Amino acid sequence: MKESYKSFTARDLEAIRNICGADRVIPKEEIGEDYSHDELSGIRNYPDVLVKVKSAKEVSEIMKYASANNIPVTPRGSGTGLVGGSVALCGGIMLDLTLMNSFLELDEENMTLTLEPGVLLMDVGKYVEEHGLFYPPDPGEKTATIGGNINTNAGGMRAVKYGVTRDYVRGLEVVLPNGNIMQLGGKVVKNSSGYSLKDLMVGSEGTLGIVTKAILRLLPLPKYKISLLVPFPDLPSAIKAVPTVIRASSIPTAVEFMEREVILAAEEFLARKFPDNTSDAYLLLTYDGASKEEVELAWKEAADICLECGALDVFISNTQERNESIWAARGAFLEAIKGSTTEMDECDVVVPRRSVAEFVLYSHALQEKHNIRIRSFGHAGDGNLHIYVLRDDLDDAAWENKLAAVFADLYSKADSLGGKVSGEHGIGCAKKPYLAESLSADEKALMEGIKNAFDPGYILNPGKLFTINK
Amino acid sequence: MNIAVCIKQVPGTSQVEIDPVTGVLKRDGVESKMNPYDLYALETALRFKQEYGATVTAVTMGPPQAKEVIREAFMMGVDNGVILSDRRFGGADVLATSYTISQGLRAAGDFDLIICGKQTTDGDTAQVGAEVAEYLDIPHVTSVCKIHKVTDKSITLDIDTPLSIQTAVVEFPCLITVEKGIFEPRLPSYLLKLATEDREIKVLTLDDMQDKDPSRYGLNGSPTQVKRIFPPENSNTRESWDGTPAELTKKLYNFLNDNKYLQKLR
Repeated sequence: MKESYKSFTARDLEAIRNICGADRVIPKEEIGEDYSHDELSGIRNYPDVLVKVKSAKEVSEIMKYASANNIPVTPRGSGTGLVGGSVALCGGIMLDLTLMNSFLELDEENMTLTLEPGVLLMDVGKYVEEHGLFYPPDPGEKTATIGGNINTNAGGMRAVKYGVTRDYVRGLEVVLPNGNIMQLGGKVVKNSSGYSLKDLMVGSEGTLGIVTKAILRLLPLPKYKISLLVPFPDLPSAIKAVPTVIRASSIPTAVEFMEREVILAAEEFLARKFPDNTSDAYLLLTYDGASKEEVELAWKEAADICLECGALDVFISNTQERNESIWAARGAFLEAIKGSTTEMDECDVVVPRRSVAEFVLYSHALQEKHNIRIRSFGHAGDGNLHIYVLRDDLDDAAWENKLAAVFADLYSKADSLGGKVSGEHGIGCAKKPYLAESLSADEKALMEGIKNAFDPGYILNPGKLFTINK
Repeated sequence: MNIAVCIKQVPGTSQVEIDPVTGVLKRDGVESKMNPYDLYALETALRFKQEYGATVTAVTMGPPQAKEVIREAFMMGVDNGVILSDRRFGGADVLATSYTISQGLRAAGDFDLIICGKQTTDGDTAQVGAEVAEYLDIPHVTSVCKIHKVTDKSITLDIDTPLSIQTAVVEFPCLITVEKGIFEPRLPSYLLKLATEDREIKVLTLDDMQDKDPSRYGLNGSPTQVKRIFPPENSNTRESWDGTPAELTKKLYNFLNDNKYLQKLR
């Protein structure tokens, strides 16, 4: 595939320097190691040049040049992805969008926030909350850029009640592979005007265009929130309570499940004790609302339901410091599991809510079947699971074989339950085979047709989502 | 063993207005919560109860709505609750507060051990615990960061002094104030909430105190004069370092270590 692109030369470097100036154009030999990979996938490759772009105009000029010269382009935010989506597989130009990190407009009447793609997720939340507004999507990785979130249609814990990133993108400015700058959507609430290209861009993993501006939809900030940490005697009883909790009169903001082993790993990782670690399995529920009374009604009903479903107790977390003691651990699960082994890979499937218990128990059983350690935690409320296969002391060959066998089992089980390959992390290059297997021939042809319509030269983020022979 | 834990209801956020004339916090209409430092005091008492057997009484001083923190203490596993509540206790400074609490503790029972949080998040003086002990004429230690042993007669503990850890044996009755992080506080339990909803909270007023002289309590008993109130300064100092990854790692480690940001798992 690499051979089908023009090799990158000193003349190309010069041409790009003419667009952006020398300071922000970094030649291959000076590119930091960070830019060769993302957070998990183990897939590594350096781009030929790293360009720290500052405007849509620069992006446009570079795309024009790349298009005309058949040079691949890979966009990158903070590089916190988990499937190799931002790795420059075919070399070429890497566009680092993190310097495009300005808030452009907070429109309180339309309740929208217009911003550049390099703004960090944690800064979005903070910025709007200062104005009494709320951006609901809440992916765990807070140092991700909003552009990255848009490109993976990131989900997060609050999806149960509020939905995912796509539900909060009102409009986008996108640079097409040919360099044209295009406005999609806008500040409108409704839109039935032709195909929704904006929604197509969300979750396209940088394969259709480069997002250079976004208009996000905001909500009023819920003033009150409470978390419940609910211990259960075992995981099945915990997860089986979830459908009943969600069917109650108030929808929880988040429903997470966690097991004792993962909590212990987080305690060790953070050198800090969790408020309770005596039970085998826990549900973590959160409720929010405009008034204390509303939230109280909601959580009490949920607490009663949990007890009826066999919970051992219901612990109440109603202050900042209590929430911190729980969420600090929850936020460290991924790193803690990572720290407990030599290498790991993850499966981010999503299954219908009803099948969460069945799927998690199935993944547990695989530990014995394949004689390998598997850890999981995740969003019990929306069916999106994060299942980690741990390498420990396996040698290369054994690791590769076992991983492939475990993944094959997991994805085929998810498929049989009506699930999908990725709930929120995307496909990138790491999950390509599993996506290919799960798509019908018709779906595949449509997806390739769409890619072809946007990027006929196939220069944008090549090697991601699916393999097309150029 | 009979343990009393002193707790306080404080504003739920740090964004509280201060009356410019009296220098008193404006508490009306502000969400309140239990002083976060007191959670560690409660947790310490509840661990003693679990391990050695004890009766734990939570004591607070404040207006009638301060009963909420006693209810919350019940939800954590506390057995009895006492509130010192009287209009004549209002406007108390550190001295009058300490005196009132010491009188309240005398009236509430016979305690072997009194545990307080390190300080409160509203007054921030960290003096009340020690002053209460002085008024009760019992030994006290502040900044307790670890408990080694508890017997019928005494408690062996570590005191976090700025430059070293001191181990001490203190005989009962005594008062200790505990550091943040001595134990991870448990969360309030819904089952205990249901079980303690009707539990009585004892209310003590000035008339229940041994010393009924009103000039010792409230604003009358408070010699403190507030001269000036100002928000703490925020430090925005930034440093940037250059160097190789190895140098920077070492420098960062030393910085964090020297400034005590690193700690071992207890």
